[in-house]
Amino acid sequence: MNGFTGFLLRRIAGAVFVLLALSVVVYAVFYVAPGNVAQIVCGERCSPQQVALVHDKLGLDDPLYLQYGHFVQGIFAGRDFSSGTGVVHCSAPCLGQSYRTDEQVTDLILGKLPVTGSLVIGAFALWLLIGVGTGVLSAWKRGGVVERLLTWLTLAGTSTPVFVIGLLLIIILCSTLQWLPFPQYVPFTDNPEQWFWGLLLPWFSLALIESAKYARLTRSSMLETLAEDHVRTFRAYGLTERAIVGRHALRGAVAPVIALSALDAGTMFGSAVLTETLFGIPGIGRQLVESVRTVDLPVVVGVVLTTGFFVVLANAVADVLYAMADRRVVLS
Amino acid sequence: MTPVPAGAPLVEVADLHVSFGDVRAVDGLSFTLEPGAALGVVGESGSGKSASAYALLGLHRGTGARVSGAIRVGGVDVVAASDAELRSLRGGLAAMVFQDPLSSLDPYYTIGDQIAEVYRVHKGGSRRAARARAITVLDRVGIPDAARKSRSRPHEFSGGMRQRALIAMALACEPRLLIADEPTTALDVTVQAQILDLLHDLRRDTGLGLLLVTHDVGVAAESVDEVLVMRAGREVERGPVGSVLASPRESYTKALLSAVPRLSPSPGTEAAGAPPRTPFAPERRSSSNAGRAEDAAEPSTDRATGPAWPAVAEGAEPSPARGAGNCATSHARSAAVPSPRRGSGRGGVGEEPAAGEGLVMEAVGLRKRFGRGRAAFDAVDGVDLHVRRGETLGIVGESGSGKTTLGRMLVGLLEPSAGRVTRTGDVQMVFQDPVSSLNPRRSIGESVADPLRAAGERDDTRIRARVAELLARVGLDPDRYDSYPHEFSGGQRQRVGIARALAAEPKLIVCDEPVSALDVTTQAQVTELLAELQRELGLALVFVAHDLAVVRQVSDRVAVMRQGRIVEEGEVDVVYGEPKDPYTRQLLAAVPSLDPALAAVRRAARREGAEAAVA
Amino acid sequence: MSEALLTTGAGVVATPAPGGRLFWRRLRAQRAVTAAAAVFALLVLVALAAPLLTALEGQDPNAYHPALVDSASGGVPIGSFGGISGDHWLGVEPQTGRDLFARIVYGARVSLGVAFVATLIQVALGVGLGLFAALGGRWADQIVSRVTDVAAALPMLVITLGLLAVAPASIPRPVLITLIIAGLGWFGTSKIVRAGALSLKTLDHVSAARLSGWSTWAIARRELLPALAAPVITYAVLLVPSNVVAEAALSFLGVGIKPPTPSWGQMLTDANTWYQAAPTYLLLPAGLLFLTVLSLTVIGEGVRTALDPRAASRLRVGTRKQNRAAEAARAAEPGPAIESAKSLEEKAS
Repeated sequence: MNGFTGFLLRRIAGAVFVLLALSVVVYAVFYVAPGNVAQIVCGERCSPQQVALVHDKLGLDDPLYLQYGHFVQGIFAGRDFSSGTGVVHCSAPCLGQSYRTDEQVTDLILGKLPVTGSLVIGAFALWLLIGVGTGVLSAWKRGGVVERLLTWLTLAGTSTPVFVIGLLLIIILCSTLQWLPFPQYVPFTDNPEQWFWGLLLPWFSLALIESAKYARLTRSSMLETLAEDHVRTFRAYGLTERAIVGRHALRGAVAPVIALSALDAGTMFGSAVLTETLFGIPGIGRQLVESVRTVDLPVVVGVVLTTGFFVVLANAVADVLYAMADRRVVLS
Repeated sequence: MTPVPAGAPLVEVADLHVSFGDVRAVDGLSFTLEPGAALGVVGESGSGKSASAYALLGLHRGTGARVSGAIRVGGVDVVAASDAELRSLRGGLAAMVFQDPLSSLDPYYTIGDQIAEVYRVHKGGSRRAARARAITVLDRVGIPDAARKSRSRPHEFSGGMRQRALIAMALACEPRLLIADEPTTALDVTVQAQILDLLHDLRRDTGLGLLLVTHDVGVAAESVDEVLVMRAGREVERGPVGSVLASPRESYTKALLSAVPRLSPSPGTEAAGAPPRTPFAPERRSSSNAGRAEDAAEPSTDRATGPAWPAVAEGAEPSPARGAGNCATSHARSAAVPSPRRGSGRGGVGEEPAAGEGLVMEAVGLRKRFGRGRAAFDAVDGVDLHVRRGETLGIVGESGSGKTTLGRMLVGLLEPSAGRVTRTGDVQMVFQDPVSSLNPRRSIGESVADPLRAAGERDDTRIRARVAELLARVGLDPDRYDSYPHEFSGGQRQRVGIARALAAEPKLIVCDEPVSALDVTTQAQVTELLAELQRELGLALVFVAHDLAVVRQVSDRVAVMRQGRIVEEGEVDVVYGEPKDPYTRQLLAAVPSLDPALAAVRRAARREGAEAAVA
Repeated sequence: MSEALLTTGAGVVATPAPGGRLFWRRLRAQRAVTAAAAVFALLVLVALAAPLLTALEGQDPNAYHPALVDSASGGVPIGSFGGISGDHWLGVEPQTGRDLFARIVYGARVSLGVAFVATLIQVALGVGLGLFAALGGRWADQIVSRVTDVAAALPMLVITLGLLAVAPASIPRPVLITLIIAGLGWFGTSKIVRAGALSLKTLDHVSAARLSGWSTWAIARRELLPALAAPVITYAVLLVPSNVVAEAALSFLGVGIKPPTPSWGQMLTDANTWYQAAPTYLLLPAGLLFLTVLSLTVIGEGVRTALDPRAASRLRVGTRKQNRAAEAARAAEPGPAIESAKSLEEKAS
């Protein structure tokens, strides 16, 4: 158990390091690289005086490390912003203040997270169910018509971008057949039933593509496990094929798949932007696209760091899950 | 389970054929095994011995292999049995133990659960009862604190423990037949002895029938009553183990036995009529003045196998008879004058060479640390050794002893963490694995030419001529420059590897388990080749191996390694004849003997030793 | 960004892949691959010959034809199937009346061009950094591995969106998109190369080459790179479709290729509002995108199978039964090679 705790600590330290490095990179790219931030923020028609004022307000004269220091300080201890008329306190974790609306980025993101979360978690459950199920089935029935069919279906699935499959689903199910209403996002707290119906199509569009990938992954992982020596042992000891596949092969095959899916769920917080755009879901992805259009840098940085946080978190969770399933990992 | 008629044989195989596509793995094999008897199936790789064993449990079913003939195990007609009948046979009536115990167990479940699962498949009953049974059998196979250990997963066990666990699983349902497929091949020699003793005890106590498949004649001699020698899918010879090993009738059996390296020091102890055993002339070892390459009087008259090379008479000088020496290899890799400081005196060898005289390599205080912090450990922990011109130093040890790490440091593939290696002249290496030691994408000629090209030779004609010469020297067709490794057998590939090592014109070649991946007859040929090259070229050899008998046959001096240290070093006759270190004695006692009677005596001695240790 | 299939492991490296001629035979033995290659070749041809094809049709991708759309209904193309006619082979765009064929054909140029160049850069970066990590010593490995970790933690699409927000407008958009896709997608290759090179380094023939006196980079060139080619090529072929999708996704989000340059992703966004009145406008880019990605994926899978030394049985080079038998034979005779496993254990312990 001691080894496991050590492994956990090492993993967390690694995650913290990556996040810090990420913040440096993101900060450098978004605050240092572009031209005149003050001009961008103030707008094309600002007079030089106005621009200078904005420049001052944003503290752009400070050396870079100081600016970054303020930024990091904001995250851990909070910081103050001058709002022209007074001082606004932004409590930790403070990711800054929107250039456009003066809204605090942290609040903005926290408001959007449940939306994206609804989308990702539902799709995640769905794709695991469909993907792993299909994968196991096609590995078990290998060599038959079922397998060939599943192979082609999953190949088609992985080849369809999510915005194409989503569009097609809307057209077929909502427009042509009119089986479903056009999806519209309603918060869960407002009306759980409408929330469900509004997210059904987005869930499926995301899940179909991911599940195609997972079906392939599960299948090859399963075939690899079935070829291992210990499967031969249990065959030589009179276990039924069902017991071998169901207990021994499945456990070995699914462990890496589950770990990877945790990773993908984290990444999904960022890549859900396509689905959000397509279905008009007001999640953090939409927010990002909007902020990119309006060059609202603090929001952009905030969203990038937040999604980065989820990826790092998912990475760590995936590693720990995998190590829990297969204790040999801890040793190496 | 089908009741077995009294007096019927446990296993009856008649005219068994197993073929994989066009390959006939088993080609008309027949044998019987009486209840409680033990049969050893011995053969080299590709002889069909494993395929025969698998057929007994119907394990070829569903794999695409064609099986014909009659197989009855405990009254069950294996060929005609339904899947359900076959399943109750497998593990219930006849259980199998595999070669590699780590991969043969499921890494995700505890040992106890796996055994319990097998038990419940055959005997039913509650989980609790099955767990209890698992602990009982684990205890039976000698796993200490079985109740606690049953909750461990396979990777938490050592190799020997894993094999015990696998045997425990085999015992779970009280089968009448145990099929062991190379059960000790993956294990160290001391652990091998323990497992063989365990199998022996189990047979004695439970009347279990044993079918032992092995490539190692010694393992068979230790364990079975009757032996069946196989070659190319057919039976060569069958009979009581004592008589087959002592006086083989067939020429293949004779050749096989003669190729087996032995621990015995002189031909006098050989069974009468056995052909000369070792490729190495006894004169070598008897001449204890190892400072010289003493092969001038090489008698190559009674050599049974191997190409006859014109013996070049040499004194202490390195060979002047080198081929076109145009490709100047730098011999100045280490120009340091060998330190007069002598290696470890732990071996207690009396003679000392004149300071620095004739040394081709000297290592002082070698240490190699892997890992950092708490995980750090010393694979090699303070080793001193030296190699004199023209001599062979054997380094022997079990897995984890650090012998491979040491070998790699000697040639410079690994940097020592402490200490230093002084080399006079180029040092090359011959590797263990004939598959990975040659780049599959390059022709063997290119591989052999590597040292030449690296030294700056650009002229293709000269390179080809030199490579052809080297290939001929190691007994290969000189015209095969453009052939690829997959066109060669394992032994031939090792020859290519030797040719490549020679191309750099080294003073010393470190051989890391050069024959352990080869069949025993090929082994003998390759060791013989090395000895010949040594005589002709005045080469010094460091021969790293786990096999005590092979080391015995090739070495002038031997160093025994354990846990990164040399526990004993000295003249080979002295170390093998009168071992001083208890570990050396333990190692030597564990080596299987080809004489079943002697094996029984030594087993008894081992048992006493173990009991004494417990008491 | 569609994650290229992740299963391309380094495990393949240790066993040699089949060489040249056998590779092509094994590739051709897969009928689906041949078909996919034909489809893909056609797409490439179309992209290359775009100016020629549009000249043949007599249309310009950026010319407006307001007369061809019904301004009363908001700009629906006049005529059946989106206004297909002898002049406009695939009809016209709603609202603007621009020729669809010309825009699709030029869109293929952008789509494939960006994807190809990005893949080349990714592979070059990945191979270089991967080898550097594996051979450059402990520090090189630490640095590259950490950078890779951070890069892998970047939410790609999000970063790309962010970068596009701050990138100077002076850089041509397709170049910018290519650079960003490439710059954020090299680490897969680098991971494969690093892991492959590290496992190859332990093989005896590489040790032998070191003892021969070759320099590190000579060994990389002679012993490592040829062996790494198989997994890298396999991965690279699967990177192309993933890059095609990445470009389309950015354009779909409205931050990729800027109008008036035609792009399939952008057409999809516009088509979103028109699918009832002008379904061809949606189905053409969607279908082509699907076809491009599918054909590339099938080719990639085919290459993987053809290069996989263990895949012999899945290719019908021999009869099915023979192949299964051969596999069984390999499984049945473990041989004495177990010793090497033992020594590996020793090295690892």
